[in-house]
Amino acid sequence: MSASSTAEVPFVPKTNVGRITNFVDERVGGSGILREFGRKVFPDHWSFMFGEVALYSFVILLMSGTFLTFFFDPSMAETHYTGSYTPLSNVEMSVAYNSSLNISFDIRGGLFFRQVHHWAALLFVASLGVHMLRVFFTGAFRKPREMNWVVGGVLLILAMAEGFTGYSLPDDLLSGNGLRIIDGVIKSIPVIGTYISFFLFGGEFPGTAIIGRLYVLHILLVPAMILLMIVIHLFMVVVHKHTQYPGPGRNDGNVVGYPLGPVYAAKAGGFFFIVFGVVALMAAMFTINPIWNYGPYDPSPVSAGTQPDWYIGFVDGALRLMPGVVNDFHFEYIIFGHVLTLNVLLPALVPAGIIFTVLFTYPWIERWITKDDREHHVLDRPRNAPTRTAIGVAGFTWYCVMWAAAGSDLIATHFHVALNDVTYWLRTLFFIGPIIAFMVTKRVALALQRKDREIALHGRETGRIVRLPHGEFIEVHAPLDDYKQYKLVGFESPSPLSAEPNEHGVVTRKEKRRAALSKWFFEDRVAPATPAELEAAHGHGHHEAIEAGEEQKSLSH
Amino acid sequence: MKALSQKRRHPLAAIALLLLGLLVTGGLYAVATTVNQAKADTTTFSANDTQEGAKLFAANCATCHGMGASGTKDAPSLVGVGAAAVDFQVGTGRMPMQMNGPQAQEKPRQFNDEQTKQLAAYVASLGAGPAIPDASLLDEKGNAAKGGELFRVNCAMCHNAAAAGGALTRGKFAPALAGVSGQHIYEAMVTGPQNMPVFNDANISPEGKRDIITFLKTIEANGSPGGNDLGSLGPVSEGLFVWVAGLGVIIAFTIWLTSRTS
Repeated sequence: MSASSTAEVPFVPKTNVGRITNFVDERVGGSGILREFGRKVFPDHWSFMFGEVALYSFVILLMSGTFLTFFFDPSMAETHYTGSYTPLSNVEMSVAYNSSLNISFDIRGGLFFRQVHHWAALLFVASLGVHMLRVFFTGAFRKPREMNWVVGGVLLILAMAEGFTGYSLPDDLLSGNGLRIIDGVIKSIPVIGTYISFFLFGGEFPGTAIIGRLYVLHILLVPAMILLMIVIHLFMVVVHKHTQYPGPGRNDGNVVGYPLGPVYAAKAGGFFFIVFGVVALMAAMFTINPIWNYGPYDPSPVSAGTQPDWYIGFVDGALRLMPGVVNDFHFEYIIFGHVLTLNVLLPALVPAGIIFTVLFTYPWIERWITKDDREHHVLDRPRNAPTRTAIGVAGFTWYCVMWAAAGSDLIATHFHVALNDVTYWLRTLFFIGPIIAFMVTKRVALALQRKDREIALHGRETGRIVRLPHGEFIEVHAPLDDYKQYKLVGFESPSPLSAEPNEHGVVTRKEKRRAALSKWFFEDRVAPATPAELEAAHGHGHHEAIEAGEEQKSLSH
Repeated sequence: MKALSQKRRHPLAAIALLLLGLLVTGGLYAVATTVNQAKADTTTFSANDTQEGAKLFAANCATCHGMGASGTKDAPSLVGVGAAAVDFQVGTGRMPMQMNGPQAQEKPRQFNDEQTKQLAAYVASLGAGPAIPDASLLDEKGNAAKGGELFRVNCAMCHNAAAAGGALTRGKFAPALAGVSGQHIYEAMVTGPQNMPVFNDANISPEGKRDIITFLKTIEANGSPGGNDLGSLGPVSEGLFVWVAGLGVIIAFTIWLTSRTS
């Protein structure tokens, strides 16, 4: 389109720079790309920026990680430390740990870069998590973005894998303990577990191969996969265009916001440096993973307070919550000479399995229940999808219970409570926490919707009390402006979709299940105020009761 | 020789052998476990100390520990715990105990040095036990690296690799070791206060204990090379920090960046 129009008018550049630019442009078509991308519109909202934070953290990780590879030696050969940290002088250790210590103490800027790398890694996964929560709670995973949601989930898993392989590299006591737990989890897998463990570690744990293998995964395979997924993810963002929050003039057919160039690009570029600056400040002022405290890995000692980095914490927490025996019931069996250790296998794999299965399939589950095949580019405010929001909070609560359990010892020491009591409470919350969270969240969401409806119909309370001539006191309500009004009424509130017969005229059992779920999903609902209701409410001048049973009409927007 | 070879089939031979074995094991154990106590009398207390200590004990400790420190149902006998135990428990304020609980809490000490010494003299006079360590073991001039290895193998599972403390079962805990004097650390190792096991001299030699104290004092003096140590608690405090401070600051920036639009 634009390429043909530029070709018609021959352009003669006047300066040398212009000539070079034109030469390049005529061959790669950069201006066309720039024009197309520069005009791409992004809506502005702070909650849309977590994906960017994750992307920038990843860039910081690539840069600081490259620096670290210059000096890191992933060998498990034995050596004696001769560096400048005296509490470890002449201690026997692996070359990997030795080089990590040298990076920390004897290479200029090494400790800073190690800390930049580690803080950026924690921030990377944290921003991924918050980004996913934002996408979930606003319903941004709906058509056409289901597959991008899955790509995001894959990115989360890859980020966890990348983080864990990196955590293990320095070969200090903490990382070795972490690897030992992974080894235990792998070995608990029936039949094939021991084989996988021996394959991974090149023999019995810890062996002499694992650091080198993890290093290759950490700096080559996993980052390459992350990069590929990021490319696919961003490509789909461009194809789908960005979602937007509901507001006047915004609908599923447009995107209201600022074009990428020049302001938004400048903002995004500046934001990179802000993220880098925050990470650099953290790295300069707060120590992270002080490997010199932990000492070289040795399979016998385990330090108190041994935990994985936060993103693996929920698995560690689940392991901590699992009882070894309940009264006389134990979870370990020997079947045909094979040990089946359910008290490791269940907590290590089942909660993570449930979380990721639900995460990956949720867009399709909701699509099946709602039979909603329309494209959605306008987001839901979380309160306007009470059941989804409640499901999300329930899942997040479940995650947080396990997450908290990973710090059960520190909860015990810092709040002066007994470790056993912390464990009992968290075990209880593991089961009832999500249920309570679901009920409370749903009620809160519905209450907020009612409040919205009330305000839409009767305006905002001004706090001005007026006495009428006949003695009655009333509070004056001020009507909202149109922008605020739109936000409160411009949403959909689907009602339960009853079971429908298929093309053969049969209501299948599956369809009945779907209808039951639909009822569970949408039974409790607060409909947005309709134009008629608004008319009635405002027409009468003050707050007369509107019959709630009135027929609801969806707003056309 | 012949007589012995004939008697080995005697019906009582097995019993005799068993007895012999038990005697040897028990004897060796007794020797091994009293290695500490060989030094029990190195600190000399005057008779006056012992007398004053007896008075202090009767007034402040006997309610629970009984007259003559023979123990009651509320508190154990102190016969044979040694001067080191008294110096640790009273010197760190753990005794007299403020209240019953999972373990005695450290608090401002109730007795001055002189009184603590008198109490120690009295309890030491009741029976041989670990003595207050010699100053040469507390000079913090041992091998920090060796001490670090001993610390990681023997102590870190409760006290944390950076000696920041850790949780034990049912409300008990291993305290952080920063700020604890070398003498008290040594005494804790030889007497095993609260829930701590005893590390006698056969287990960790006096030189090893000196190395451990050197290590602890070295890392305490070194501070944290990488900036604020966030309590040296490991990945939990780091995770908390990145979520609260790191992400918090970044969210503040995102709000600022998007505040002047639409």
